[in-house]
Parts: sequence; structure tokens; C-alpha cells
Amino acid sequence: MALDVAWARRWARESAAAIAAAKDELMELDRQIGDADHGENLNRGFQAVVAKLDAQPPPGTAADGDPAASPLIADVLKLVATTLMSSVGGASGPLYGTAYLRAAKVTGLSVLDAHGVVALLEGALEGITSRGKAVPGEKTMVDAWTPAVEAAIATADAGGTPEDVLEAAATASAAGAVATVPLLATKGRASYLGERSIGHEDPGAASSAIILRAAVRAAGATEAAA
Amino acid sequence: MKKLINAVEDVVAESVEGFAWAHADIVEMRTDPLFVVRRGGAREGKVGLVSGGGSGHEPLHAGFVGLGMLDAAVPGTVFTSPTPDHVLPALAAADSGRGVLAIVKNYTGDVLNFETAIELADADGIEVATVVVDDDVAVKDSLYTAGRRGVAGTLAVEKIAGAAAERGDDLQAVAATAARVVANVRSMGVALTACTVPHVGRPSFDLPDDEVEIGIGIHGEPGRRRIPVAPADDITAMLVEPVVEDLALTSGESVLLFVNGMGGTPLSELYVVYRQARRLLEDRGVVVARSLVGNYVTSLDMQGASVTVLRLDDELTALWDAPVHTAALRW
Repeated sequence: MALDVAWARRWARESAAAIAAAKDELMELDRQIGDADHGENLNRGFQAVVAKLDAQPPPGTAADGDPAASPLIADVLKLVATTLMSSVGGASGPLYGTAYLRAAKVTGLSVLDAHGVVALLEGALEGITSRGKAVPGEKTMVDAWTPAVEAAIATADAGGTPEDVLEAAATASAAGAVATVPLLATKGRASYLGERSIGHEDPGAASSAIILRAAVRAAGATEAAA
Repeated sequence: MKKLINAVEDVVAESVEGFAWAHADIVEMRTDPLFVVRRGGAREGKVGLVSGGGSGHEPLHAGFVGLGMLDAAVPGTVFTSPTPDHVLPALAAADSGRGVLAIVKNYTGDVLNFETAIELADADGIEVATVVVDDDVAVKDSLYTAGRRGVAGTLAVEKIAGAAAERGDDLQAVAATAARVVANVRSMGVALTACTVPHVGRPSFDLPDDEVEIGIGIHGEPGRRRIPVAPADDITAMLVEPVVEDLALTSGESVLLFVNGMGGTPLSELYVVYRQARRLLEDRGVVVARSLVGNYVTSLDMQGASVTVLRLDDELTALWDAPVHTAALRW
């Protein structure tokens, strides 16, 4: 199955479903070291994304030149970006919004090859770091995205398929999220806890891993691994 | 969870609607997006003042919209900052052509969303200056944290900058006055209980009956350390001392002493805290020239209090004393 605009739409819907399912778990992670709103806010944002996708005609059915029926992956990513930015709030709204906006630097591509997937993930990471000014090891979503990008690059360079690259990224992000447990938070709300932030998984890293796993499911490649 | 609410998702909108109706002589409510603006909108020839952030801190910020304080306030969902497209129309509504000062509490979400909104406002030709309030001394080293939080000291910034704007200062001058307040105001808080966010439905942290959290923010987040319950005087000392030290207050200086309730503590207890805070300041030779006690920058139903001290000079005192007519603060 090609990683095309239909995949990008499925990714957005799969993300929404996965975030809705994990809403309580994310809120509990955030309750432990933050203010307990991460699951609620992200769910609100992704439900808004689904509403916008539902309002669009399916690709190829609208009149020629209708931007809503654009065949470009970047346009789906931009729709996700602007919707999250205007409906999530908190820190994760601007961070995820900027991530999808920069991921849309795959502008012009209608199908992603392995290096196209890498470019998308690199764009997302660059967006998060430029907006949030976090570096790896600070117990933030950067700790999920950095290993995801590294694994994606290694898999693409080794000749992996686009699906292999996504799978590697999702697996690495999940490991990265778990690896935030022993870290001391130095950015974001959890940083106010100091030493007491140690021993809890970062909710932003956890939701990042969920979203990347949704990308794999949307590709239909490794359903069983999800 | 027992709360006087209808549906969780309607809490903020219904509360703001009630607020706007109750104070229709002072404010107007705008919807889509939701914000509160001074009745009649921007005042011709006056720099506009806008603040906002997550809801749950009432009366902050909408309660401070009116003569001598804010021109608009943007409420987000509970404890979540409003989004950029939510802040932008409030900035526009507060602008009479002399520019707008955005007063932002130093929380990552507030800073990121206001930053983006201000970029959008700039693109629309609205001149915006920003002051970031970071008065919470519980957060020590900004190298290892997101920086000090903006808490109850925000009230002093809004009041004094509002008075500067009301007397006709230009944007640069209003921003400079606001920055001077930020440089001279410090706070420290304590929680006796956690608060319950409506959409979470259970307390934000688990605090045993015999312990209190020292060094809390205003979002129900836990504090810096947990100690056994102690007499009010001892706890008050733990709040006042770091504030006084951080400000490096010396004998003979004048201050505003502001004891703020977190929403669930009776005024009688806040006055007990005020009494001891005042004694501690006066023991050091500090003159408590102005005072404020009450629930102004709250954290839903949390029991607790914060102590805010603002170093005053003649100008800041005069601006504090200037008339103010808002729903929650007036003289």
C-alpha cells in the first residue's frame, strides 16, 4: 500500500482513534507530573481534525482545482497542523501544530518513498525543537521524536521500504517514551517538580509514540505489531 | 466529584456568560472565539491591555477587565491556554491604534500560544508589546526548568500597567512600567489540598490529610516539596522568607503585601496568614504600605494561599492607588 494522500488521511483518522482510546491514560500520565489536560486537549484537537476531513469531499471526487481534493500529502499535514493549533491550546497545541506544519515540507510529493518518510519525520522534529527549544534528555516529546528520526534514517539508508521506515520510527519512539521515565524534567510543566518528576513517563512523548504507531497502522503494513 | 456544573465541556462558556451578564455595566462577552472585552471596546487614544490563559483562576483575568486595568481577557479551557486564533481577536478588540500590551504568565503553553498570536497580530498591523510575568520564587533555576511561573503577581502587573495606560502613557512606557513591576514582585504558595479539574473528575494530585505542598503554581500541579501540616505561622514563614530573600528587601523599604487565596480557603485563614506575613516583614523593618487579601488568582477549589510582595516606589504606589473599576477589583 503506497504512502500517499489517502495514507495521510488514514493516519490522521487512526491518530484520532488512538488518542481517543488513550485519552484517560494520557490524562493520568499528565496528572502525575503536569496538570492532567494532555489527553483531553489532544483528543479535542484530533476530533476536530476528523470533523474537517469528514467535511471534505473524498479525493478525486471534487471538481478539478478544488484545493479540498488536493492529492498532496502536505495539504493533509497542513490541515492537521492548523486544526491542532487552533483547537488544542496549552503547550501541545503549538508544538504538535508546528510539527505537522514542518512535516509538510514534503510539499510536492504525492507518494512518499523511504527518504520521503524520513523528511516528514525530520520536519516534525525540527518543528517541535524550534518551537519548544527542548533538546533530548529533558523529558519532553523530543525524547520520542529524536530516536524515531534516527531509526528512520538508519532504516532508509539500509534500503528499507517506506513501511519499514515508519515501523522503525514508531518502535523507536515507543522506546524513547518509556526511556523518559527515569529522566529529570527540565522543560515544560513537569520541570517544576524537579526531582519528583523522576519515575513518570512524559505524556507528550507517550502521545507522540501513539501517533507514530497510528502512522504504521494507516500504512496497513504491520497491523499485528501494533 | 461534586460540582455545580451542567456538562463538563460547557463549564467555561456558561461561566463566562454568567459573568458577562452579572457585570454588563463593565464588560461585554464575544463569542466564536470566546473572550471578554471592556464595555464599548477599545478606548480611543489609550494603549490596550490584554491578558488571558487557562480558566480556573477566576477572577483572573476577566474579573480584571474594566477601567484602570485590562481591556480584554481571553479564557482558555480549564488550565489550558487559549489558542492563537482565540487570542488574536482579543488583541484586535483592545487596539485603538496606540498598540496593545499582552500580559502573559510564564507557563510554556501561555507563552507559545501568545507568541504565535502576536506574530499574527503583527501581520495584521497591530503593534503588540509583551511582558512575561514570572514571580514565583518556588522555581529556582531557569537553567533547569521552564523558568519561574507567573502566578498571583500577575494581578499587580495588570493593575499598575492598567493605571499607566489609563493616564495616557504610550505603549513603550506602559510596557516598561509592567516590566518594572515584574522585576519587583515575587510570590510563593502553599496547597493544603489538590484541586479537581472538571474534565479529570478527581484531585490533580494525591495529598495526604496530614501533609501540605510548599511551592505550588496555580494549575493544580504539585509543589516543590511536601511537609507535615504545621501551624499557619510556620507555613507563612516558609512562604515569606524566600520571597523577601529573593527581592533582597532591606529595612525601610515599602511594599505591597498581597495574600491570595487559591479558591477553597476561607478569608479568615487568609487573614491569619496576612497577620504573620506582615509581622515578619515589619520585623525586618519593611514597611507594608499597601495590602490586598482575598481570592484573586485561584486554582479552582484548591485550599491554600500564596504570599506576594511587591517592592513599591512613589510612582508604583500612585499607580496602584489610581482608580480601578472591574468586577473583582475596584476603588
